[in-house]
Amino acid sequence: MTALSIDNLRKTYKGGVQALRGISLEVEKGDFFALLGPNGAGKSTAIGIICSLVNKTSGQVKVAGYCLDRERAQVRRQIGLVPQEFNFNQFEKVFDILVTQAGFYGIPAWIARERAEHYLRRLGLWEKRDNAARTLSGGMKRRLMIARALVHEPEVLILDEPTAGVDIELRRSMWEFLSELNRRGKTIILTTHYLEEAESLCRGIAIIDHGVIVENTNVRALLEKLQVETLVLDLAQPLSQAPEIGEFSIHLRDPRTLEVEVPRGTPINEIFLELARHEIPVMSLRNKTNRLEELFMRLVEQNLPGEQY
Amino acid sequence: MSWYQLWVAFGTIVVKEVRRFLRIWPQTLLPPAITMTLYFVIFGNLIGRRIGEMGGFDYMQYIVPGLIMMSVIQNSYGNVVSSFFGTKFQHSIEEMLVSPMPNLVILLGFIAGGMARGLCVGLIVSLLALFFTSLHMEHAWITVLVVVLTSALFSIGGFINAIFASKFDDIAIVPTFILTPLTYLGGVFYSIDMLSDFWRGVSMLNPIVYMVNGFRYGVLGVSDVNVAASLVTIALMTLALFCYAWWLLHRGVGIRQ
Repeated sequence: MTALSIDNLRKTYKGGVQALRGISLEVEKGDFFALLGPNGAGKSTAIGIICSLVNKTSGQVKVAGYCLDRERAQVRRQIGLVPQEFNFNQFEKVFDILVTQAGFYGIPAWIARERAEHYLRRLGLWEKRDNAARTLSGGMKRRLMIARALVHEPEVLILDEPTAGVDIELRRSMWEFLSELNRRGKTIILTTHYLEEAESLCRGIAIIDHGVIVENTNVRALLEKLQVETLVLDLAQPLSQAPEIGEFSIHLRDPRTLEVEVPRGTPINEIFLELARHEIPVMSLRNKTNRLEELFMRLVEQNLPGEQY
Repeated sequence: MSWYQLWVAFGTIVVKEVRRFLRIWPQTLLPPAITMTLYFVIFGNLIGRRIGEMGGFDYMQYIVPGLIMMSVIQNSYGNVVSSFFGTKFQHSIEEMLVSPMPNLVILLGFIAGGMARGLCVGLIVSLLALFFTSLHMEHAWITVLVVVLTSALFSIGGFINAIFASKFDDIAIVPTFILTPLTYLGGVFYSIDMLSDFWRGVSMLNPIVYMVNGFRYGVLGVSDVNVAASLVTIALMTLALFCYAWWLLHRGVGIRQ
């Protein structure tokens, strides 16, 4: 079953800016889906339309089979949104924010209070329930928005840059929480700038740039398109020039750092054998960039304005 | 949404609004109480004693209904314009826009919230007035009808102002430059029968004249205007502004891109 279906969605803002130029994509129920794209690509506009915050110019959106044009209330009931910016009343108490949000969905107060307690406990905010939202730390505010998005128990959870500005420890705990939600059957759609996040969490992926979808596949299939990976080797002793090893392209980034381009599917043992033969000890090894990041940059660079339009 | 769910959603907005103005009572309930007490002391008592009677009542009694209406008008308007603009400014309006709640419920919820504050302040001012003069209801139903309709009308006015406002200055302009002059020239402190024919004619174009006089008729039994015309005017204006506000919400003006 399809959780989200978008067909030829277009949005032109007043002033003529075309944010979306006819995007189409489908997200399966239970998927963990990443919508990637550089700033201004159209991600937030697409999410805004799906969540009824932005009026579309044309095209069709369906959520859990409900059509946005004809069954708007049903569509809204299926979605929980965690926006990029904090958008709750900063002066309200944490607990009240959740109960109020549930009330907007017609959920009676006694059920709302139970759910608020459940999600505040799960997200580690129960001790802060009587605090005004403005007194929370940035990470707590973000968790509060996740709890608020879940309080009406939607089918699809949409997160717009959920871990932006969040420290590593908290980011990891949020990943675990989201993964658990997904394992329980919740469809999750997220936009993120952390491509590591998309690679480790998501199965489906779409890359949007200048209002068009430039790639829509699954993460594994996308990574298979990567033809070359760049490895960075930290050396024990400085070198004056890069060694020549077989067909590998090697260059010296600085006297103690080598960069080696490795064609996909090529074993890297030979590199180390040759380096040992040249008596060049290697202290550590890492990828130059995240694999998905390399692909992302290539796809976005191919789609630069003026080249395609 | 079912009727029950709609009722829950409506109640949620009303509770949220009431909780808001009670939480900040030093900004919402206390200032009108102090201001109106000063009006009672200075205009009603000190200056009023020298003015003598107006409309067959001593001056204090004559101005009390107008001052109650003034506080109802200002607070109904002020509650909705600041609350709804606040939700826009903080983007917390998105909490409502992403929910299945119909626009009608959002509008009714904010109107009810504005009316709650307007009527609450009206009650406080009425109780304070009892320290300075005696009040008796000549026509209780007309009094209630006029004050409720007026409160609703200005709550809707505040809502429309907030929809178009894009900065804090925009929510101060209407109360300062339109609402306050119209209220002061709306027969709160004087009978428009005292004016020349020309200025009386001009005053009849001021909608607040009908509200103040309708309320004064309910309390004291005297009015400068026909009470039926007053009620019809207020009701029609309320209906017209309500439809306009609903249409603005439907179009997403000021809230959806």
